[in-house]
Amino acid sequence: MGQPILEVEHLKKSYVNNVPILDDVSFSLQKGEVVVIVGPSGCGKSTFLRCINRLEEIDTGVLKLNGVSYEKEKKNISKVREKIGMVFQSYDLFPNMTILNNLLLAPMKVQKRNKEEVKKEAEQLLDRVGLLDKKDNYPRQLSGGQKQRVAIVRAMLMHPEIMLLDEITAALDPEMVREVLQVVLELAKTGMTMLIVTHEMEFARSVADRVIFMDKGNIVEENTPEQFFDNPETDRAKQFLNSFHYETVKK
Amino acid sequence: MDFEFIREQTPLYIEAAKLTLHMAVIGVLLAIVVGLVCSMIKYFRIPVLRQIVECYIELSRNTPLLIQLFFLYFGLPKIGIVLSSEQCAITGLTFLGGSYMAEAFRSGLDNVPPIQVESALSLGMSKSQVFTNIILPQAVSNSIPAFCANAIFLIKETSVFSAVALADLMFVTKDLIGIYYKTDEALFMLVIAYLIILLPISLICSFVERRVRYAEYGD
Amino acid sequence: MQNMGIEVLFKGINSLRLWQGLWVTIRIALISMVFSIILGFLLGMVMNIPNKIIKFICRIYLEIVRIMPQLVLLFLVYFGAAKHLGMNLSGETAAVIVFTFWGTAEMGDLVRSALISIPKHQYDSGYGLGLNKWQVYLYIILPQTIRRLLPSAVNLLTRMIKTTSLVALIGVVEVLKVGKQIIDASRYTNPTAALWVYGAVFFMYFIICFPFSRLSRVLEKKFAD
Repeated sequence: MGQPILEVEHLKKSYVNNVPILDDVSFSLQKGEVVVIVGPSGCGKSTFLRCINRLEEIDTGVLKLNGVSYEKEKKNISKVREKIGMVFQSYDLFPNMTILNNLLLAPMKVQKRNKEEVKKEAEQLLDRVGLLDKKDNYPRQLSGGQKQRVAIVRAMLMHPEIMLLDEITAALDPEMVREVLQVVLELAKTGMTMLIVTHEMEFARSVADRVIFMDKGNIVEENTPEQFFDNPETDRAKQFLNSFHYETVKK
Repeated sequence: MDFEFIREQTPLYIEAAKLTLHMAVIGVLLAIVVGLVCSMIKYFRIPVLRQIVECYIELSRNTPLLIQLFFLYFGLPKIGIVLSSEQCAITGLTFLGGSYMAEAFRSGLDNVPPIQVESALSLGMSKSQVFTNIILPQAVSNSIPAFCANAIFLIKETSVFSAVALADLMFVTKDLIGIYYKTDEALFMLVIAYLIILLPISLICSFVERRVRYAEYGD
Repeated sequence: MQNMGIEVLFKGINSLRLWQGLWVTIRIALISMVFSIILGFLLGMVMNIPNKIIKFICRIYLEIVRIMPQLVLLFLVYFGAAKHLGMNLSGETAAVIVFTFWGTAEMGDLVRSALISIPKHQYDSGYGLGLNKWQVYLYIILPQTIRRLLPSAVNLLTRMIKTTSLVALIGVVEVLKVGKQIIDASRYTNPTAALWVYGAVFFMYFIICFPFSRLSRVLEKKFAD
């Protein structure tokens, strides 16, 4: 294997009351790889993604993108963030702009790209996720699932090298989950490098090249999806997966 | 009611209403400027200036305009600062309104959801780009209802300007009652004048407010 | 020692007289506030009655209060009533009427929105437990309403105290008038008295209003769900 695209070494992070939220986490991601992180609520998986994008400051540890460490980067942190796209739970489209302007803002302001060229690309991508007819609407006129598809397109337009998806379907009604995850599956097929936090186990199984199970701020198990979901190695992973099953009540 | 008298005195009221409106417009605009500056100072936590702004806001919000005007108009000349009636009125209204506008804009800033900032940052935007493109426009639209309410409040407050000898609507009314004993006519014209000034503004404000509320997140 | 002028505040009972003057307006504010709270609760409940005519009348009432400067209302009652009702309303009585009229509208609107902000399932679960309508109001809705109301009610009180300063303009002898008397009395001995007296009045208002506005903010934080 070549140089990993993203490396995290001995990452530690705790909040003010000194409760560790991430306790010495090391991890690396290869180009084109799709890694899914699962784990119980509060295990630190979302914080982990936010640290990678430096939305949270880390206490100690090293973060490297293409071999260059950026954990202390201050001035050029936005250059790093350009290469790491991120989609959040919800509510993150800019409500004061149309869908198209939501998409155009960063490529034009940050990358100073030509408006016509970005617009053409944006429309192509919107078409691919089935939302071209919504381009002049405002976010409030879209359903939650549609908004999340736009949010993914918005991140894609920056041509990131990695995408971080932080529970992007957690705030959606069940019937909208599929349309969003379908877009992510398409992305995976194109070879996009992704790090995904999700609670959708079926989806995790089908999209992941590798599954990471986190608990209490640690990586407890790292495995292939088949192994992880059918034969988890650790007890904690077994317990966690069991919490998704119900016993049949027989009377 | 003596309609002949009303007709005769109408020009007087028009003049007074113009004066009231003139003072109010200048006062409200200056208050917005002061408010924006103060809220920025608080938002960016600029040391020293921030403490001064906080003191100013407390002083201004916890004292009546009438008392502020008395101090400006009757007190300050004793140490050589002589302001005309107009200058007093505008200074007072700006002093009062600045703090209200500052608070309005500040809560507009505070109500921009952190996720908005984070998603803009994660698109690679710099802090200043995030501020001008994301935070500022949303904060302004968040605070428009409060701006409107404050504008109406400030225009109503101009009714005390007669206390510093400004020939505004109240001043004219009191005069007519005192000189001609035409109480009904004078009060009638007073109410009509304020209705004409404030009703359209109030209607525009509720219209804008509804638009803004509708333009919010929608879910 | 050079005459600073500030000693005008400490001469004789001048300070006491100023505070007594301020008490005149604060008393008006307090009395109006008590009436406003009682009437405001009634108004708030009435406004939630689903009846178009009632809604319309309430709307007009609130709109009048929203648009008309309090001083205009004071003029209407003080000068108008004197002429039409043939009675010479004292400035203080006129003030209590006007500030109650104003406060009731403000309070009523607060009560109304506090009432509708309580989710329907709170009523439903009350009924579900077998409570009757009054019990639901008394034990479930009212306590929650009061929690939501308290910060804005305290805020209304400070606004009331500030706004009652207007009674100076309809001839009530209050702190500004007392101040004027003190200034006039020391015209020759203390030419800068106006600065100190009006400055003092300014800070007296601040001393009274500041604790209330702080309290309102503390309550708001405390009751924020």
